Amino acid sequence: MGWLGPAELEALKLSLRVSFWATLVTLPLGILVAYALARWRFPGRQVLNGLVHLPLILPPVVTGYLLLLTFGIQGPLGKLLAEFGIVVAFRWTGAALAAGIMAFPLMVRAIRLSIEAVDPKLEQAGATLGASRLFVFATVTLPMILPGVIAGAILAFAKAMGEFGATITFVSNIPGQTQTLPSAVYAFLQVPGGEAAATRLVVISIVIAMGALLLSEFVGRRVAARVAGS
Amino acid sequence: MSLSVRLQHDLNDLRLDLSFDAPPGVTVLFGRSGSGKTTIVNAVAGLLKPMAGRVSIDGWDLFDTAQGLWLPPHKRRLGYIFQEGRLFPHLTVRQNLFYGTWFAPKGARREDPDKVIEMLGIGQLLNRRPAGLSGGEKQRVAIGRALLASPRLILADEPLAALDDARKAEILPYFERLRDEVSVPILYVTHSAAEVARLATSVVALQDGQVLRHGPASEVLADPSVAPAGVRAVGAVLQVRVVRHHLDGLTELDAGGTPLYLPRIPHQVAEELRIRIPAQEVILSSKPPEGLSALNVLQGAVDTIRAGEGPGAIVSVKTPAGTVLARVTRRSVEALGLQPGKPCYAVIKTVALAPQDVGGHLGGH
Repeated sequence: MGWLGPAELEALKLSLRVSFWATLVTLPLGILVAYALARWRFPGRQVLNGLVHLPLILPPVVTGYLLLLTFGIQGPLGKLLAEFGIVVAFRWTGAALAAGIMAFPLMVRAIRLSIEAVDPKLEQAGATLGASRLFVFATVTLPMILPGVIAGAILAFAKAMGEFGATITFVSNIPGQTQTLPSAVYAFLQVPGGEAAATRLVVISIVIAMGALLLSEFVGRRVAARVAGS
Repeated sequence: MSLSVRLQHDLNDLRLDLSFDAPPGVTVLFGRSGSGKTTIVNAVAGLLKPMAGRVSIDGWDLFDTAQGLWLPPHKRRLGYIFQEGRLFPHLTVRQNLFYGTWFAPKGARREDPDKVIEMLGIGQLLNRRPAGLSGGEKQRVAIGRALLASPRLILADEPLAALDDARKAEILPYFERLRDEVSVPILYVTHSAAEVARLATSVVALQDGQVLRHGPASEVLADPSVAPAGVRAVGAVLQVRVVRHHLDGLTELDAGGTPLYLPRIPHQVAEELRIRIPAQEVILSSKPPEGLSALNVLQGAVDTIRAGEGPGAIVSVKTPAGTVLARVTRRSVEALGLQPGKPCYAVIKTVALAPQDVGGHLGGH
């Protein structure tokens, strides 16, 4: 990647790392929340649904500010984590946290749709054959929703790559630490003569976004064919 | 083994309140749709929690609301054969078959997988996926999957209802083999009199959530009041033995000393069979019939006469071959002077003994 300057390369690498960890860490939680919303009836279900979707409808700046209040050095959770030596404010981990939260609704929606498409009668059949709920989930539900899980993960990854508002509010725009791809584009546009670098990053963003979409389509179709048993 | 069921449950308009004990063999829950059959099976399986009741297998409680005992479905050790098969689409036939074996306790009595696969004729399908199977093949795999889970009881909820007649004829013999070759008791739901006649060791006839009648298949089906599918489905079951195959394409049967003829059947000489004779295929005569084309005449005496709401009546006739039901008009009952005890002749058209109503030998009797 000789045509990229060091600052641009650094932003790209950071964005990939942030998005990768944001997706990986939220995925198990996303599956659990999607399963709970799709299958369980419990008090507070609508509240949970609302909370999950909140980052999708709130202005990203608001989400970022709320994160800063909660996870900042003076925030309640920030203080608690600091006791264990974990600081997320103004670190790449904070960027991953912001990206994970912003991408969470998209992930949950995709997985929830695929869980709702699984006939609960198949899960009942598993239970009558002696499988516990957890085992039925691992051997029946999870393999059948795999296309949805993969689609949800790729969508979340792409969304995390593009997250800007909450990230810049929460962890600022520190080159090499919290300057992700969109933040770098923004920074380059603030300085005279930065257009060329910004344009290169824009092209990369488009390529990654398109690639993610095509990959999710391709993998989803392959897995769907396998799961449908043809 | 015996299954004991006591249930009370309200479901929409249906009030279920019943109890029965099922002896070993095939116990058929027989009744029209909405009579509570599937609710009973789902309560036994643990897929539905009834308001009150107790179900036990050989004294081992699956649930008892009085004690607050409720085993979850996966701890009940049952094999449930569903109407729609419910095979796992993402697994091969082999993986489907062996799914339940992972959970069977080590000491459990196991069926030999090779024997089950051979019995069901699914050896060539093992590496295929359910999407590529016919309806009949799917149901055979579903039977094998339930059986290989080492169940203490097999539940079958209208396992043939989703199949066409040809597929039904393909699967029924496998249930007969299950009854005769495997010692696991079966609770079988159907609204088809033909399936009852072929499979049932005992029948629990249900109506509006109550047990209408409970007993051996031949007795329950000979009771004209048990007609879940309407009067057209009324018919008696006779126990017969194959005597010989005649050159003109007929097979001679022995029914309690009386010969019966029907179009050639594939069963071997000396084999014990059950045949079902639909009541509407039986004509009654007060004198020995002469000059008739019908070959089968059973001599006997009227047992009961039950008049329906319309012009028809169901007359049950005791013969040496067993009880035969005839559907005649009330006018004929009067014209012939039929009344309980009166000798009469039941004339059965040969063609009425259709092969699909002929069952395999009776297990456990």
